[in-house]
Amino acid sequence: MEDRKIRIKAFLGGFFNSQNLGDDQDIFALGFVNSLLAMQLVSFLEKEFEIAIEDQDLDFENFKTVNNMAVLVERKRSAMLASA
Amino acid sequence: MAQAIENPIMQMELSPAQKEARLRFRGFVQEHIRPYAAQWDRDEAVSPKVIDHLRSLGYLGSPVRRSEGSMDPITYGLLTEEIARGCSSVRSLLTVHDMVSIGIWRWGCTELKAEFAEAVAHGDLLCALALSEPEAGSDAANVATEAVLEDGEYVLSGTKRWTTFGQIADLFLVLARCEEKLTAFLVPANSPGVSRKPMSGIIGTRASLLAEIVFDDCRVPKHYMLGKVGFGLSHVISTALDHGRYSVAWGSVGIAQACLDACLHYTSSRRQFGCALRDHQLVQRMLTEMIVHTRAARLLCYRAGYLRSTGDPGAYAETLVAKYFASRTAVRSANDAVQLHGANGMSDEYPVGRYLRDAKVMEIIEGSTQIQQVAIAKSPLAEI
Repeated sequence: MEDRKIRIKAFLGGFFNSQNLGDDQDIFALGFVNSLLAMQLVSFLEKEFEIAIEDQDLDFENFKTVNNMAVLVERKRSAMLASA
Repeated sequence: MAQAIENPIMQMELSPAQKEARLRFRGFVQEHIRPYAAQWDRDEAVSPKVIDHLRSLGYLGSPVRRSEGSMDPITYGLLTEEIARGCSSVRSLLTVHDMVSIGIWRWGCTELKAEFAEAVAHGDLLCALALSEPEAGSDAANVATEAVLEDGEYVLSGTKRWTTFGQIADLFLVLARCEEKLTAFLVPANSPGVSRKPMSGIIGTRASLLAEIVFDDCRVPKHYMLGKVGFGLSHVISTALDHGRYSVAWGSVGIAQACLDACLHYTSSRRQFGCALRDHQLVQRMLTEMIVHTRAARLLCYRAGYLRSTGDPGAYAETLVAKYFASRTAVRSANDAVQLHGANGMSDEYPVGRYLRDAKVMEIIEGSTQIQQVAIAKSPLAEI
């Protein structure tokens, strides 16, 4: 889980200074998330963690914080393993 | 001691299959599109026959994951370039149909996909994007069309304009406000409450059957919403627009190449001051600019296509760059092409006037040049 958070923060670091970003900090409240970044974030999570983000995953809570994204990744990967 | 690099050669070449596909696309366009493009432009309508042809060859819906597999982004780009080289209006059909098809496949729920995914993937149902409104163009977040949940159905009300192929589309991807949040819906054209009015007198991509679409208490099942409430613009329409920009970038390369083809031919055969136009140095300067910018635009498209092939998140930003540069190149090339043709360039006996009109459209659709300038300047600079 910690490794995933580091990788998510590293990705976000390409868009803003994420060094001091807290795991539970609301990234939408920081004001830099536009539709381009929103789609890049989906694409990053899919490629980096080999998951597929689907329509039912579209909930701002899932993408709001580094912690929430890591939980989403964990949930998706567990579901994939269970159905494999 | 320096470590040996396993493969030091950067791959910059199409695969044999891609090269073969490009020749196939070129042959199809030469035979079935190019000879008719000027007439379609005058008629303000592409023929139903060419749409049937695109469908039968599997060119409509080709980027989505059909049972027979999807077309890879580079091959898709080659197809788009070749079609645009013949007729930008036909290219625009491919663009809008595939934008919506991808949106459905990416963000539709299981029930919606069971109903429409295969039909759009094979072009059996034609799609159009109903985004712009009389008072909302570049400012898409300001759409006024409303959707209200009522008795288990969504009821849509509002007016859309500039809907490419809106005159004949079977399905519309519509951006509306729902609970005050931007939300996307798929609306069949035959739904009660949908009416359309052809828009004529357009100067560019004249044959693309534009329409104004009115939704008057139009009811659609609840599962016709794509994504979730509030994700319509940020994810659903953004997915469609991203594909649209990729398609428009390649289409712009096609126009620029068509301009170059026309100018190389014209300046070789037309003689002034005792020699071919091509032998005049100022003409050579214009041809060189056209050649170099067209190649540079194509390389940016290859780069965007490569990143799309690998699922790289940077593909979104790279596609913006490709669209920005290629659409400006198309306009510049077409402008110079008309200039090189002199008075003939202003006549519809030559195609370059049409190329200029079509090129200008590319700087406006799927994010105007000015919108791209804002977006690119804000993009991460990691690549640089």
